[in-house]
Amino acid sequence: MGSVTTVDRVMADARAASFATRSIKTAAKDAGLRLAMSMVDLTTLEGKDSPEKVRSLCAKAIRPMPDDERVLGERLPSVAAVCVYPSMVPVAREALGTSGVKVASVATGFPSGQYPLDVRLRDTQRAIDDGADEIDMVINRGAFLSGRYDIVAEEIREVTAVCADGGPQGRGVHLKVILETGELETYDNVRRASDLAIEHIRPGDFIKTSTGKVSPAATMPITLVMLEAIRESWLRDGKRIGMKPAGGIRTAKQSLHYLVMLKETLGDEWLTPDLFRFGASSLLDDILRQIVKRKTGHYAASYDFGLA
Amino acid sequence: MTTLDPQSHTETVRRTSAAGPGRSPALEFASAWDYAPAPESVKVEIAKVYGHFINGAFTQPDGGPARTMATINPATEAELAQFARGDAADVDAAVKAAREAQPKWAALPAKERGKYLFRIARRMQERARELAVLETMDNGKPIKESRDVDIPLAAAHFFYHAGWADKLQYAFAGRTPEPVGVCGQIIPWNFPLLMAAWKLAPALACGNTCVLKPAETTPLTALRLAEICAEVGLPEGVVNIVTGDGEAGEALVKHPGIDKIAFTGSTEVGKRIARATAGTGKKLTLELGGKSPNIIFEDASLDQAIEGVVAGIYFNQGHVCCAGSRLLVQESIADEVTKRLTHRLQTLRVGDPLDKNTDVGAINSRPQLDTINNYLGRAREEGLQCHSPSTSALPKNGYWCKPCFFTGVQQSHTLSREEVFGPVLAVQTFRTPEEAISRANNSPYGLAAGVWTDKGSKIFEVAGQLKAGIVWLNTYNRFDPASPFGGYKESGFGREGGMQGLRGYVRLDGGAK
Repeated sequence: MGSVTTVDRVMADARAASFATRSIKTAAKDAGLRLAMSMVDLTTLEGKDSPEKVRSLCAKAIRPMPDDERVLGERLPSVAAVCVYPSMVPVAREALGTSGVKVASVATGFPSGQYPLDVRLRDTQRAIDDGADEIDMVINRGAFLSGRYDIVAEEIREVTAVCADGGPQGRGVHLKVILETGELETYDNVRRASDLAIEHIRPGDFIKTSTGKVSPAATMPITLVMLEAIRESWLRDGKRIGMKPAGGIRTAKQSLHYLVMLKETLGDEWLTPDLFRFGASSLLDDILRQIVKRKTGHYAASYDFGLA
Repeated sequence: MTTLDPQSHTETVRRTSAAGPGRSPALEFASAWDYAPAPESVKVEIAKVYGHFINGAFTQPDGGPARTMATINPATEAELAQFARGDAADVDAAVKAAREAQPKWAALPAKERGKYLFRIARRMQERARELAVLETMDNGKPIKESRDVDIPLAAAHFFYHAGWADKLQYAFAGRTPEPVGVCGQIIPWNFPLLMAAWKLAPALACGNTCVLKPAETTPLTALRLAEICAEVGLPEGVVNIVTGDGEAGEALVKHPGIDKIAFTGSTEVGKRIARATAGTGKKLTLELGGKSPNIIFEDASLDQAIEGVVAGIYFNQGHVCCAGSRLLVQESIADEVTKRLTHRLQTLRVGDPLDKNTDVGAINSRPQLDTINNYLGRAREEGLQCHSPSTSALPKNGYWCKPCFFTGVQQSHTLSREEVFGPVLAVQTFRTPEEAISRANNSPYGLAAGVWTDKGSKIFEVAGQLKAGIVWLNTYNRFDPASPFGGYKESGFGREGGMQGLRGYVRLDGGAK
């Protein structure tokens, strides 16, 4: 890879904190909540996941609030995708059908990535063959942290190739590269891993913070560092990469802070689910709660929304 | 505002997912998801007329309109209040009260003096929101700055110096500190309450009494502070506040009952004060202007350095004596810095200071706006290129200047030599570290400097050679009561804050004043 970009932690933290002081009110709040909702990758990644739970998640993804037209007088957007383990891809594919909500599958030996490359590639291929529209891969952190960047690069290239050739009529599926920033220790490493991933994926593919299995997951400063890497790639090479913070974003207010950061770092054209996603499970209900509160003046109880 | 249609995203992205032929990659900030107004909701009470605060009570302004003047909100040009225009008689009354109070105040057990300072600090915190709103209305600075910087720091100065009150003997090893006596303190309009705290807190901790003169455009928060002094039962005469213009300031400087003058403001007025106090035996500390260099080396963390540049020059509309108003950029990254700065300035929100999302507020006064515009005109006459990419629409009334920067600036240009005191940045380039240092030091001022590099050895090598009272490394405009602040050369002398700041408010071993 080319030159290494460094990140100063103190100023990056300060900048990230500044976005959370923005006050998003009235019409801006209404628009922001709906946008955030449309960017959610509704996620379940547990060993005990059942087909029934995935079907329930898919129903919620397509129509998050079935009585929205009666209560709110409008049709709320669907979420962007449902994110599941490879074994659940066929179930999700069938449940989502032609709704437009994407099937995202974690793959490549999620969450650790500690498997031989051929196994990880077959994992990816199988998920695509079963109907995944998007693949969330993990990088080999062991290789990265020991400085074997060429191995990490090679693996990302191989997975990208599988994704590029897969999908219906070989049109390709989207790829999200999970850096697992909670294991990268420094902002310099986060930036370096971002640059490395961006170099080897295609325009429209994503970089993603976390698996959700490691703490800390997504944070504002980490996401900022990754957004800055995306900005540089766009301004230098015209290559447009998407961003997915995942894990730890639970409240509507947090999601608005992330959108503020996105808007003020990458500008208006990134304010779309095609270039920004939230990997989250409980965020959606809090957004719904805020939308209902804005309309009716009352907070809904947790049982007012169907379980995902 | 532009509405968003989350369902139509696919179309949007297909259109823009690559730069496409003939279109170079850019960033757009103005077309989608504009933030709705977020006005500060607290309303503060402001009296029609304010008198001086002398000997623990507010005076009744008398003598008719000639003896009062107006303070206005620079964001609307509406009058906020009338306040007393102090003259020699008012100053004399205030100095007499301070004189009388001083021996008793100094004789209080030190820990009791400390308690009063603690109480003032706590009361400032309790009334923080009111103080922040009032500061923003009187000064024009964004509410997020008065709320998050000015008021908390002002309280922090009282807290910090409360701690010193009973530990002074340890600040000067082997020597006995005694109060100077009565301090005349003249403060500027850029951080009205914070400057009052910088001046009063150390003076009181050391056993002095004070006569403070706030700036003529921003007297209101100092008068609130007077209220707080009365609320917490500060003994009468310990803090006196005389409002007014240069007449009151001059009377204070010349008053024979004053033992020390502390002044923060312009270099021009500072020189006049130095002349007036020369040979009188009055102690003097001056904190004056600056033209501080912010130096970015090619190995710096660039995105963070850009944040430092913005914090350095656009904080408080550039009305900051230590503003990083000269940007020295290593030539290999000059274009990149210009590009990133242009993007960053597009997201700066200029406008109503009481809106919580405003980044840059109003210029404090018509004369200051004229001064800034004069410098902008001269910069253009000298052939410099102006970049002003902010997309905010400016309000109709009030005094406004969009944040901007000039490229192509040389050492001989006015913009690199004189203090503008506005949101105006001069960008210069250099090739070697030696050149950066010599350009940085080539100034009559020496208040602050910033150095941006990822290389530790370079930080120490460069910082050690800069002739500046404050050097920030990979940050800018960070303040803390424990850190001494002050300048070299025409930026003044004496330090404020920290242990070093106490020195200006004590006499040691009964020595000469």
